[in-house]
Amino acid sequence: MKFQYSVEGGDFTMAGHASSQVKKSLKQLGIDSSIIKRVVVALYEAEVNIVAHAYRGVIDVDIESAGIKLKLTDEGPGIPDIEKAMTKGFSTASAAVREMGFGAGMGLPNIRDNSDRFTIDTVVNKGTVLSIEIDFK
Amino acid sequence: MGGYRHTTYNRALEISTDICIGCSHCMKVCPTEALRVFGGKAGIHADWCIDCGECYRVCPTRAIGVMDDDFKEIFNYRHRVLLVPSVFFAQFDRTVPRQKIFDIIGELGFTEVCTVEQSVDTLVDEINSYIEDADKPVISSFCPAIVRLIQVRFPSLVDNIMKLLPPIEITAQFYKKRYEREGMDCSEFGIFYLTPCIGKIAAVKSPVGGYKSPITGVINMDFFFNKVYLAYRQKIEITKSIIVNDQLSSKGVLYPTTGGESINISGRSLAVDGMKNSIDFLEALENEEIKNLDFLEIRACDESCAGGILSHRNRFLTAESLREFASKVPKEHNLILDYKKYCSAVVHMDRIEPRSMVKYDRDIEVALKKMESARRLRELFPGIDCGACGAPSCEALAEDVVKGQADINSCIFLRTVYEKRGEISLDEAVKIMESIWGKDRFSKNSD
Ligand SMILES: Nc1ncnc2c1ncn2[C@@H]1O[C@H](COP(=O)(O)OP(=O)(O)O)[C@@H](O)[C@H]1O
Ligand code: SF4
Ligand code: SF4
Ligand SMILES: [Mg+2]
Repeated sequence: MKFQYSVEGGDFTMAGHASSQVKKSLKQLGIDSSIIKRVVVALYEAEVNIVAHAYRGVIDVDIESAGIKLKLTDEGPGIPDIEKAMTKGFSTASAAVREMGFGAGMGLPNIRDNSDRFTIDTVVNKGTVLSIEIDFK
Repeated sequence: MGGYRHTTYNRALEISTDICIGCSHCMKVCPTEALRVFGGKAGIHADWCIDCGECYRVCPTRAIGVMDDDFKEIFNYRHRVLLVPSVFFAQFDRTVPRQKIFDIIGELGFTEVCTVEQSVDTLVDEINSYIEDADKPVISSFCPAIVRLIQVRFPSLVDNIMKLLPPIEITAQFYKKRYEREGMDCSEFGIFYLTPCIGKIAAVKSPVGGYKSPITGVINMDFFFNKVYLAYRQKIEITKSIIVNDQLSSKGVLYPTTGGESINISGRSLAVDGMKNSIDFLEALENEEIKNLDFLEIRACDESCAGGILSHRNRFLTAESLREFASKVPKEHNLILDYKKYCSAVVHMDRIEPRSMVKYDRDIEVALKKMESARRLRELFPGIDCGACGAPSCEALAEDVVKGQADINSCIFLRTVYEKRGEISLDEAVKIMESIWGKDRFSKNSD
């Protein structure tokens, strides 16, 4: 089952919309709550990253019986140094973003830790594609 | 559909089909969408009901009955104890003396009366040591409707629910142990609880966390208030004596009010009340949007137990009376040490199991297919949640249809489209409406 959501850069009040919707579907399917938790954390962090760091993006969600696939494609500055970005605590978030409680530099590491398969494809000055897969078993 | 009508999970409320007029008011307010109208009557999906009583509040005909115990049952016991919550006293205005209330309770048949919140002081100490090494935030176990809401709608948070009993159970254990020490046989005493809500009835009758309540029966506070107040107005003669254990600290009195629990807990705590607020907050908590919170007080009723469904008085006045009362009692009471001595052993309960709402099917392949169909159906429905189909929302109808529990033509919008196309006759359309709302509704105006 496929869903699509769009995300606007800078719209922090809507961040979390996609993860809430996905959570609702997974609950209705009776997926184990510890797995739902991982999906919600990973998706929420990825969603917030588009809001905080990119201009706009699209989230494609595909729920199958074996697991969930999330693809987040954004138009934005891209990530020049992925390894650095993946380091716990590393953040380029502006002071304004930090003031809103975001920008702890834990997003990408958290996404990695909560997913079974995770890839980043990024082109500087163009955008970033995150693929996240989480198995239900 | 027939199964809808009976509550099997716990029997805290029941809809009388004789009185129910199928107005659907209850269906619109149920936080778990556990209600449907069919055959002109409302029915409850028992597994989804969390005993919050929201439906009871809005029922215009009092068709929703509380499954309290028959008052006469108290007379099966030689020693008849009533545990009275502080909200009960707050039902009366300040001109009614407390001693008079106790005397009347005695005259009505009880031999001993005890205040529920006298265990609070000990419980607060237990909570403060419990939260030291528990997963945060610790969610209060106080409100049974919230505990059940979490079990059904927020299963991922069940392990955050504090594994300590609420004050009522600790107090009940305290007296049970006391009577046993005094050599009374358990058949000789009956411990009854005067409840401000149906959640507490469910909690006593079908408790969670591997626990069995020592409470013998539950008395409806609304019913009992009327009895006591009538006796007061009639100035009945007092011929019997009653043992009174009215020890309460200010902490105890305030505990059932909003903020009365969280204020005693060290660390960062918050107090949330009201069903909608509670759902919003739990949603955010489940999404991990709320960080660094140590303790969450959370109650289903607006103004907490001052707004309980069996509390007849205006909730703000009730809460005001509780605060006023609290300002007049000391900070401590003389049973605190006794509670300490006897309660540490009994305050703990086991893990609470989730009670997930299986929406479509236990088999995920099947569930996915049904969910996909429900989504397609929802796109056909108008999305105005009119309720004319007998379901609380277009989404709920779509779910019911794919589960084979409702007819797609129940939707009046869709049916109008089919009628317009000539695919469904007026007769068929009328039959469908009759099956949902009952035959009478469609004949009475033309008679
Ligand atoms: N979608 C994205 N587009 C551009 N840069 C990103 C994106 N996601 C993450 N980054 C970069 O990676 C860094 C680390 O991300 P993350 O671990 O989520 O921490 P935070 O968002 O708190 O800064 C960010 O500060 C940002 O520089
Ligand atoms: S008590 Fe609450 S959950 Fe149960 S049917 Fe009524 S409104 Fe719904
Ligand atoms: S807030 Fe109090 S009265 Fe209301 S349901 Fe919860 S325990 Fe019962
Ligand atoms: Mg981030």
